[in-house]
Amino acid sequence: MQQTSAVLLLSLSLLAACGGSGQEGDPSAARSGRGVVARLTGAGATFPNPIYQKWADAYNRQTGIQINYQSIGSGGGIRQFTDGTVDFGATDGPMTNTQLQAVSGNVAHIPTVLGAVVLTYNLPSLGDASLVLDGPTIADIFLGKIRRWNDPRIVALNPGTSLPDADLVVVHRSDGSGTTYVFTDYLSKVSEEWRTTTGTNTAVSWPTGLGGKGNEGVTQQVKQLPVALGYVELVYAVSNGLKYAAIRNAAGTVVTPSLASVTEAAGSVAMGPDTDFRVSITNPPGRGAYPIASFTWLLVHQDASDPGKARLIRDFLTWMVGAEAQQTAQELQYAPLPAAVADLVRARIGTLTAAGQPIP
Amino acid sequence: MTSPTLPLLALDPDGSSGLEGRSKGDIAFRWLLTGAALAIPVLLAFLVFELWSGSRLAIERYGAGFVTGRTWDPVAEVFGAFPLIVGTLLSSVLALLIAVPLSLGVAIYLTEFAHARVRRPISFLIELLAAIPSVVYGLWGIFFLIPFLRSTVFPFLQETLGFLPFFQGVIYGQSVLAASVILAIMVMPYIMSVSREVLQTVPSSQREAALALGATRWEAAWTAVVPYARSGIIGAVILGLGRALGETMAVTMLIGNRHELSASLFAPGYTMAAVIANEFAEAATDIHLSALTYVALVLFVVTVLVNAAARLLIWRVSRGRVAGGGAGL
Repeated sequence: MQQTSAVLLLSLSLLAACGGSGQEGDPSAARSGRGVVARLTGAGATFPNPIYQKWADAYNRQTGIQINYQSIGSGGGIRQFTDGTVDFGATDGPMTNTQLQAVSGNVAHIPTVLGAVVLTYNLPSLGDASLVLDGPTIADIFLGKIRRWNDPRIVALNPGTSLPDADLVVVHRSDGSGTTYVFTDYLSKVSEEWRTTTGTNTAVSWPTGLGGKGNEGVTQQVKQLPVALGYVELVYAVSNGLKYAAIRNAAGTVVTPSLASVTEAAGSVAMGPDTDFRVSITNPPGRGAYPIASFTWLLVHQDASDPGKARLIRDFLTWMVGAEAQQTAQELQYAPLPAAVADLVRARIGTLTAAGQPIP
Repeated sequence: MTSPTLPLLALDPDGSSGLEGRSKGDIAFRWLLTGAALAIPVLLAFLVFELWSGSRLAIERYGAGFVTGRTWDPVAEVFGAFPLIVGTLLSSVLALLIAVPLSLGVAIYLTEFAHARVRRPISFLIELLAAIPSVVYGLWGIFFLIPFLRSTVFPFLQETLGFLPFFQGVIYGQSVLAASVILAIMVMPYIMSVSREVLQTVPSSQREAALALGATRWEAAWTAVVPYARSGIIGAVILGLGRALGETMAVTMLIGNRHELSASLFAPGYTMAAVIANEFAEAATDIHLSALTYVALVLFVVTVLVNAAARLLIWRVSRGRVAGGGAGL
């Protein structure tokens, strides 16, 4: 008898707890005519996932609109967007012409933030000094042509530092990733041999090196293996306290990766008013620009079919490119869009349509 | 005739429907059970169909050359699964080579030599290993096992057995051998617990007969008890092999993820399950996706073939025992 009443009490309290949480507690919830909370769904790149989640939360608090973003990978984002199962996609690598054909060109690439790829290494003998590399050297390291740390080319870039006579162990990504896309895009620009043999893609056939799964896998392998060199997103290197190399850019300056040098990379690439933003900003001409940087894009329909959804997306994009959202991105170590690009994005948002008509 | 006509599946072995005089409830129950039993082959058929239809694009382009191709290049759209197949089989076989003697030893110890009070805690602890998630094994492998192997075991092997091509080459840590070690730890509980169960069912008359003939305890265990349970032990090993073939997360964290064939066990490798786990999410082109589905189909076929070979082995072993009347005693 006592057992039965205890079970009953427990189940009643559980039900009460379930019923108490939910959407009633949100006074500013935007409701359409049918009393349903306005909602957007998106999916795609893993690199900007932290900032997209933070933006979704902040935007929900301000406007009550729920944005649900799932980081399933850039490839998945493009696929879901093409299939029409999500309202917007997200990708670290722009859609190819073939993929554009699959959506009949009805897509706008909206850049949101910038990311950078850094070369992280584990060289205790270097001490506090920062390693300096340049594009062709990095390409030859990843091609397997430079195999030891005291190779004359690395020594020439780092005069006065003591480089050990040891194997240079390369660590790359085993999974497909936008980070790999950006990195191989840069290598293809600075090395003709890389461009013709390996190429640019989210997953490539690496000539040498170990594969780590995710930024975390590469970070762990570099941390644990002295004399290792790998590439990761700037955010991961900073949060794990890893050392990363400064790189001599196209203008000849040795640039340390930072939010400022990454934003300058985007600013130094010329983009006309009718750009589709599928622009690669690796190896840019800017004097203080960090050479391995990239946009990350949101994919939205240029001409959406649902005016209600189109309005929600337009409002979100306008908020996203504003000062407050870009400042939030900076706090999370994502480089914000330079002012010129932000203006171009606003102009592009103005051209989005719904069912052939301007968005109400 | 009072019984309704029923399809062949619902007939008893003697050909009757076996339902004369039974209620409607019995008939319904019978159909329900038949449906449940059929569900498994139907699900399997669906699985195979989905794998085949998803990999059709890759089958058309690469054909059977896929299993012998050595290049995996998503940019040039050249895919070959040979290093993956070799890596999968090699890491699983190595894992078994390490795990089977250990597990069998523990099982024999627990059934033959261990005190009753010791038996249960040890069994419990080893079976606890089976409950640890694969990704936890992977993390433990990265943080503890790899540094340990890289600093102690691998250099030792290279010094003592370095004349063999298997133990030459640069030691990174992440390697086929490291993945095999973690796989061995993961399959040990399966082999051990099933072997222990099987050894416990051996009638004590076998052991007593050997002891009566003057065998020592070890000889009695090894020559009388274990051969009696041979087919069951082989079944346990196959169970472990099945787990090792399909293991994904722990392997991908420890194997180095490199599409390359190398004689050295210290070199990084790749397995079929690992490549699917790594590349499926971001595979943007249809051919890349199709190639990965083709890899899944090949993995399925390899698993089926290995299991079929194992069943054949068990059948021949038990047939030989029945026909020959015992193992050499």
